[in-house]
Amino acid sequence: MGPKTKEMQGRELKDENQEMTGASMLIQALAREDVDVIFGYPGGANLSTYDEIYRTGMHHVLARHEQGAVHAAEGYARVAGKPGVCIVTSGPGATNVVTGIADAMIDSLPLVVITGQVATNAIGTDAFQEADVIGVTMPITKHNFQAREVEDLPRMIKEAFHIAATGRPGPVLIDLPKDIAAASGFFNYNQSVDLPGYQPTVIPNKLQIKKLADAVTEAKKPVVLTGAGILHAHASEELFEYITKQQLPAASTLLGLGAFPGNHELFLGMVGMHGTYTGNMALHEADLLISIGARFDDRVTGALKHFAPNAKVAHIDIDPAEIGKNVETHIPVVGDAKEALRMLNEYDGTPGDFTEWKKQLAEWQEEYPLWYREEGDSLKPQRLMEMIYEETKGEAVVTTDVGQHQMWAAQYYKFDNPDCWVTSGGLGTMGFGFPSAIGAQFAAPDRQVVAVLGDAGFQMTAQEMSILQELNLPVKIILVNNAALGMVRQWQELFYDQRYSNSIFPIQPDFVKMAEAYNIKGWKIDNPEEMQAVLREALDYEGPVLLDCRVEKEENVYPMIAPGKGHHEMEGIKP
Amino acid sequence: MKRTIIATVNNNSGVMNRITGLFARRQFNIDSITVGMTENPSVSRMTFVVNVDNQRGLDQVIKQLNKQVDVLKVRDITDDSIVARELALIKVVAAPQHRGEISALAEPFRASVVDVGRESVTLQVTGDQQKVEALIDLLKPYGIKELARTGITAFKRGATKSDFETPKYSIIN
Ligand SMILES: Cc1cc2nc3c(=O)[nH]c(=O)nc-3n(C[C@H](O)[C@H](O)[C@H](O)COP(=O)(O)OP(=O)(O)OC[C@H]3O[C@@H](n4cnc5c(N)ncnc54)[C@H](O)[C@@H]3O)c2cc1C
Ligand SMILES: Cc1ncc(C[n+]2csc(CCOP(=O)(O)OP(=O)(O)O)c2C)c(N)n1
Ligand SMILES: [Mg+2]
Repeated sequence: MGPKTKEMQGRELKDENQEMTGASMLIQALAREDVDVIFGYPGGANLSTYDEIYRTGMHHVLARHEQGAVHAAEGYARVAGKPGVCIVTSGPGATNVVTGIADAMIDSLPLVVITGQVATNAIGTDAFQEADVIGVTMPITKHNFQAREVEDLPRMIKEAFHIAATGRPGPVLIDLPKDIAAASGFFNYNQSVDLPGYQPTVIPNKLQIKKLADAVTEAKKPVVLTGAGILHAHASEELFEYITKQQLPAASTLLGLGAFPGNHELFLGMVGMHGTYTGNMALHEADLLISIGARFDDRVTGALKHFAPNAKVAHIDIDPAEIGKNVETHIPVVGDAKEALRMLNEYDGTPGDFTEWKKQLAEWQEEYPLWYREEGDSLKPQRLMEMIYEETKGEAVVTTDVGQHQMWAAQYYKFDNPDCWVTSGGLGTMGFGFPSAIGAQFAAPDRQVVAVLGDAGFQMTAQEMSILQELNLPVKIILVNNAALGMVRQWQELFYDQRYSNSIFPIQPDFVKMAEAYNIKGWKIDNPEEMQAVLREALDYEGPVLLDCRVEKEENVYPMIAPGKGHHEMEGIKP
Repeated sequence: MKRTIIATVNNNSGVMNRITGLFARRQFNIDSITVGMTENPSVSRMTFVVNVDNQRGLDQVIKQLNKQVDVLKVRDITDDSIVARELALIKVVAAPQHRGEISALAEPFRASVVDVGRESVTLQVTGDQQKVEALIDLLKPYGIKELARTGITAFKRGATKSDFETPKYSIIN
């Protein structure tokens, strides 16, 4: 039922050390990097590449807008844990992927993006469809290359995959001029990567591990903050062992959800602007904060002057530049989270005694759980998220767009497993949720993929319904339709005296009809009774579906830390 | 505080762009940047004089530079024993009757006259920043028509094999 991935039909591996075109080298190299799907869009400057895709049968998914292609590659990367690949043409093709590249950069997602470019002799002449893509993407890529000689191409591609996937992952771009793609050269992919300027530290310093272990022994009120770095490190098992063995309470960032099971008794929920009372208060009262693969984003810390005022801070991160960047760190540990946790688990320290602390945390959880009011027969978005969790048994891959629905999904879907959660955190890119679900479905062809989307964000990349139609991809689109730019409306309600400037839709398309135009089955639901039954039916349905869920329009996301406030100043902690 | 940082970088096109772009977007304050070739044609060497508020700011400059794939090594050499030099070209207003005086001023600085015009002379001086600035100050009363300074380039002194022998740059790594 799922998309064909693993095997590229008709993929033809050519022998090494023979003459071939740059375009052929590219496809040969991708095959050797185990790329099982490319998301892209052709155009004048990459016709040779597309000719090679045609001839080799390399698996390619045609997006309907390059932004769709790049977000699909991101969704793929997040779920597969390996680079997503995106190929676009020069000029407008390339600038259309800029948003996705910036998104991947800030959320550390491995991508290899190949942009076409005008021929080398035309570069710098304002040629047709020329854009300085190297210049434009320099600050939003981990690294970028422009191929100037066809023989350099194999090395560049090899380095691109290496840089994208190792250390702190990120997007790498190769700008491939048209004449280089067409030129012939000698193909040799059997070379090792030699990058003296790129040597990520993987194994942490033993002394620092010991310091951290000793700090846990001495702590009375420790808390672990789990971030996306644990997922990048594939370290969930090591984390589980660490937390349960040491009996440490754990809270998560938005992007770390799923690293530790959301239903575990030691889990305190998400922290930050829309985090749980207990999660945030745990950070505020902690005497030891152990951050693992989280970068202390401002949505997490709130006002820095109030952040974790009593805590000794330990920070495990593979990127030394993240340590001490925002928060003063007492025990820095540079290295891969998996290695660090392994070393911590091997370290034979005296366990700490956190009985009092855990009692306090349990009291908070009891007194200040997440809450919403069920009123009349209106469909509450929070209830919708609970239903999705119940009906998928927490086993779906959930993607979201950006806004209120994103926060409700984070709060109410208990992520019990790693690599099931695809959301745009750092850039907060509307339009991300739907195409990333397409990529996620390719990475996990046998899993249920649910795209939880806002009615506004969906309209930014809705054209990708064509992919669902064309490939009968069983992505389940769940529109949390509040007829508004809900998150913007909430801020205008709270901070701009209810002056709802351009945030409420006076008119909306008929989303069900829209879906039907793409031969996607659609439902419109506006009450809780119907919701559960339709949801069940939709999830069981073989192909793609769209549910237009008319939720309570005035609902706000709580709790909330207002801008400039600290964790102890949360609002909306009780009904 | 002012710090002098040296880096070796791949001699690729665009490296300078990467680095100045990094400084600009991270709001790092740079007094000067110099770049030039080294004994190895594929490696260039850069010297930065940066202005940072505190140790954390300095750490960020060094760590962010280090993250660049084309940056091979970075080192803060401010507290080492170093040779730091810059070159300045100074065009001074000089009526014929003042030329002798200006030459006399220049002499203790080992500055040389590299060009003489009808109403000006151009001096070239090399040295550390204080020396260059001292000469400029002395020449100011005559009227400086044009001034071009290269910025500092620096080197560690003497015995050690390489400036980068101990790449440790902070307590963390
Ligand atoms: C509307 C909106 C509201 C938001 N509200 C919240 C909120 O309430 N709470 C919240 O938490 N976030 C919130 N966010 C998200 C927030 O902006 C950040 O994106 C998020 O907090 C970052 O999480 P992170 O640090 O875990 O992940 P990332 O930003 O992805 O950072 C990952 C870190 O892990 C490190 N790393 C990578 N690989 C490894 C490895 N192998 N080993 C060790 N370390 C590694 C990286 O160097 C990096 O430092 C919100 C976003 C939006 C759009
Ligand atoms: C590309 C982009 N433009 C603008 C924003 C600012 N923004 C954040 S949330 C939001 C509203 C999203 O509305 P919707 O998709 O309906 O989700 P809701 O908040 O209603 O759940 C907006 C406009 C953004 N994050 N991304
Ligand atoms: Mg909405």
